[in-house]
Amino acid sequence: MKKKQLLENIIYGIFLVLGLVTVGFVLLITGYLVVSGVPAIREIGFFNFMFGKVWESTSENPKYGILPFMLTSIYGTAGAIVLGVPIGFLCSVYLAKIARPRFKAIMEEAVGLLAGIPSVVYGLVGMLILVPGVRKFFNIPDGASLFSSIIILAIMILPSIIKVSMTALEAVPKEYEDASLALGATPIETYFRISVPAAKSGIAAAVVLGVGRAIGEAMAVMMVSGNVPNMPSIFESVRFLTTAVSSEMAYSSGLQRQALFSIALVLFLFIMLINATLNFFLKGNKEG
Amino acid sequence: MKFKKLIGIMAAAVLITSAFTGCGSESSVSTDGSTSMEKVIGSLGESFQNKTGIAFTFNPTGSSSGINAVLEDRCDIGLSSRGLKDEEKQKGLTETVLAYDGIAVIVNAENKISNLSVEQIGKIYTGEITNWKDVGGNDAEIVLIGREAGSGTRDGFESITKTKDKCKYRQELTSTGDVITTVKGNPNAIGYASVSSVKDDIKVLTVDEVAPTEDTIKDGSYKIQRPFMLITKTDKKLTDSAQKFFDYATSKEVNDLIVKSGVVPAN
Repeated sequence: MKKKQLLENIIYGIFLVLGLVTVGFVLLITGYLVVSGVPAIREIGFFNFMFGKVWESTSENPKYGILPFMLTSIYGTAGAIVLGVPIGFLCSVYLAKIARPRFKAIMEEAVGLLAGIPSVVYGLVGMLILVPGVRKFFNIPDGASLFSSIIILAIMILPSIIKVSMTALEAVPKEYEDASLALGATPIETYFRISVPAAKSGIAAAVVLGVGRAIGEAMAVMMVSGNVPNMPSIFESVRFLTTAVSSEMAYSSGLQRQALFSIALVLFLFIMLINATLNFFLKGNKEG
Repeated sequence: MKFKKLIGIMAAAVLITSAFTGCGSESSVSTDGSTSMEKVIGSLGESFQNKTGIAFTFNPTGSSSGINAVLEDRCDIGLSSRGLKDEEKQKGLTETVLAYDGIAVIVNAENKISNLSVEQIGKIYTGEITNWKDVGGNDAEIVLIGREAGSGTRDGFESITKTKDKCKYRQELTSTGDVITTVKGNPNAIGYASVSSVKDDIKVLTVDEVAPTEDTIKDGSYKIQRPFMLITKTDKKLTDSAQKFFDYATSKEVNDLIVKSGVVPAN
């Protein structure tokens, strides 16, 4: 009996330690970002850093303004949402409600596969096919632009939007739909008037998840956005918050390196905000 | 009861931490730095390892990272494809030139142009010349492809063409491979890359009528070139094995190897 108790305790301990390790990593990363990100913001000046329009980190008189990066990240994410959400949402309605079971199984498999493609592959395909394609189609000197990044991001956020909204739509009680059908509504009316409103907080969560995915993506957009710190414009070469960190990190030194950590901190705050929004919607879902 | 739980936790903690411990062997040489030097340092390391049996590692992180790694004692020898800055020298670092690397100016294979002067290249990159017809090519806008701020290749290119901080890049890419791929994909693009990494299916321009070859880089007639350096601490002795590698890499016997990696030996 005693032996059994000891074993229980050891296992309890293992679980506790493993749980604490996870929490520890989060705290460690947060702490590290704040500690290494704040000094540069202080040195550059909060206003100059957040609202400066020029980023010239390696020039004689370096300027560290990240407004172009923030706006690019916001526009890029917004663009991806505008393109990706209608496609993803309608796709999930189709899969959850309309598609025949066999076809649904195949399509779900395809969506899963889309989610599993590494982002560097998206970037590579974008670089070799999308960027030259955009250049030829719009007859501009170079295709690496905000526009190309938006297309890539819109495709990349599809799987998360489809999967989460599908789960929400499938969780709508069948009685709701039966009642609507019994009252004479057509199936399509039922799906859009009854099922979708009933699943709205889940769908909202899907959109927020898409935003999170799009704003945090670095590798794929780095390969198609051109990476020049311009103020964002649809066919111009642009740099995102994520790519600002990753493209200069390898060779950076001194204040430039610290400023990159500050960018990471800003990005981290953006993502925290998105997570908080996500939690808000998920909570709403439980109560509703 | 509480006490027993505590023992449980401690036992688990010991189990877990023991999985993370492990250490490197004493006789090894670690290097860290410029991705441009990967080819040359890779072949030097391999032959050094075969010859002496001392393990050799190279961590391709970038010139500044390599310099920092030496400062923080995270590696024996740093590799840099740019000269040390004054602030870095003041921190007690010394540079030793290992080889010279030519930077090739590349255009798409469809481009008619085959020669530019250093001055023309400078004007193109600062945006003074924006159309290929102004230098004898087709009537098309020039698309400037470059490397990211802090890259050794960019630093080398900009300081030689006197375009530092004035380049109007259309794309700033983070690797030589990306630059080459992009120039291949756009008929109006111009870019720059290490001579050693340029392959056949891209057009390398002659600069002031001089093609980047071993001889022209070594005798200085090809203008766009930069040094590859070994970075060490001034006041700290290298470990025996690191010193062996240092002597080996800067000796004359490895010149063939260095040449094979596409760069020109300095010693």
